[in-house]
Amino acid sequence: MRIVVPLKAVPDLVEEIDLNADGTGIDREYLTFVLGEWDAQALEEALLIKDAGAAEVVAVGLADDPEIDQILYTALAKGADVAVKLTDAAGAVSPGPAGTGIADRAALLAGYLASQPADLVVSGVQAADDLDGQLPPTLAALLDLPHVSVAVSVEVDGSSVIVCQEFAGGRSHELQVQMPAVIGVQSARQAPRYAPITRIRQAMQAGELTVCAVSPLPTRAGAVVRRMHRPEASHQAEMLTGSAGDVADQIVGLLRARGLVKG
Amino acid sequence: MVLAEHTGGQVSEETQELIRHAHELASALGGLTEVALFGRTDLAGQLGGADIVVTVDHPALSEYLPEAYERTLLEVLAERSPRLLLMSNGTTGLDLAAALSVRWDAALATSVSSLEIDEDAVTATAQILGGKVLVRVELPGERGIATVLGGAFDAETRKSALDAEVIEVAPPAGLDALRMSLRQVLEADPGDLDISSAEMLVSVGRGIESQEKMEIVAELADALGVPLSASRPVVDAGWLPKTRQVGQSGVKVKPRVYLALGISGAPEHLEGMRNAELILACNTDPGAPIFGVAHYGTTVDLFDLVPELVAKVRG
Repeated sequence: MRIVVPLKAVPDLVEEIDLNADGTGIDREYLTFVLGEWDAQALEEALLIKDAGAAEVVAVGLADDPEIDQILYTALAKGADVAVKLTDAAGAVSPGPAGTGIADRAALLAGYLASQPADLVVSGVQAADDLDGQLPPTLAALLDLPHVSVAVSVEVDGSSVIVCQEFAGGRSHELQVQMPAVIGVQSARQAPRYAPITRIRQAMQAGELTVCAVSPLPTRAGAVVRRMHRPEASHQAEMLTGSAGDVADQIVGLLRARGLVKG
Repeated sequence: MVLAEHTGGQVSEETQELIRHAHELASALGGLTEVALFGRTDLAGQLGGADIVVTVDHPALSEYLPEAYERTLLEVLAERSPRLLLMSNGTTGLDLAAALSVRWDAALATSVSSLEIDEDAVTATAQILGGKVLVRVELPGERGIATVLGGAFDAETRKSALDAEVIEVAPPAGLDALRMSLRQVLEADPGDLDISSAEMLVSVGRGIESQEKMEIVAELADALGVPLSASRPVVDAGWLPKTRQVGQSGVKVKPRVYLALGISGAPEHLEGMRNAELILACNTDPGAPIFGVAHYGTTVDLFDLVPELVAKVRG
């Protein structure tokens, strides 16, 4: 069976994020991009399915995504069989600035999946910069496939998959879904595996990225961004300053006042 | 229109919040508040504030099932043509909203913290990048969808009696030929302990960096004699069990003291802990959203702070 895993680069949330001068997008110049954390979980779940039986795992990215080569080489090093970079028919695709919609991204991936169908599409349940929708259900609707998101396990059972869909508070539903299907993964059954740097280097030297030009499927219009801004906190914490020791004293004082620290 | 979510015969708090907010928006637009209720038509009495309740009954709708709910909702949307569809930003919203946006051809905004009517245009403020950036978007055209974060609106729910017209809609034919089925409902694992009853929590986020460093915060929790909890990335990485996860997809907690270490404050996390009596936050990024809900904060590095705390607590 063929499992396609769409992967997306998103701004690294550990870093400070700046907006562009007119406040309509994110200033990408100094940003570090990394593989989205839910996409990393999706890749792991796909590799677990592969480990459990015969499956080919295809990692797919958009050619214009920042750091996409590194992300795809890492996917190969972890065990993906094929890595594909998509461009549109003109040989380039502009996915738009981060945080301004997924319609074009979904249209291109759907075009790829329409021409090279998968038994299973597994992707992150969401991306940190999603604004107007999540990728898995969008793809499923464009391709008219059944879909389940917020999955915490996906296992193959003949021509269907058994998917565990999670709800608030840890309740979940076990679903049987006919393939082909699209699954949005919240977390894999185990933490994403580590790719040794030597194996990533081997993948880079082998240069096994396939470039594939596809025609995007028609899609819907997105929401219109009026303005981006940083949160203006209606309430702001009182900041404790000084050395680590000074701050620790103040915190212990607060806990002591509530009887949570004795003495 | 609000999609009602229910489990175990209870309409969710988020749904009641959404009805309240839909009522405000409908008043501003001169329209009505409708609620779509599937599977459990007997729960209509819990939908106080709605003007119209649209019910659809079918065995496939008794529990949430993505394909069944999507097909039914599309049928109801086609029949009722609402200006705006509101869903919670939980599993249902993450599952259905984007697919409906394509199939119903409506603009969508996700992770929405507020909705406004601006000269007849519907605008939404959405949180992206873990709440670090807010985006004001317009949902153009004659229809739109928003998935709304819990706790985004006044939590005080108006428990008014239902005084609504109930309209029954026949289930779509497709419900008998679905490509998926529900095998079983798995209740939450009670797990090793219930963090929702703890008096204080030491909670750790992605700032902890690695599994080895978990030992540092575990020692503090131990010194204080309180449980260790975490935000979602730490649990997804497998460093703490799911029962220790605080947030919208984990456990909602309300301890007397919540000590957040290396937690940036993504909307999903804030939803689970914002009602704690005293919130203390430690994060090296002064712009971290956690400082918007914390009472006291510090930008001291947690790896410097925690050993000091352990020493002082142990005396």
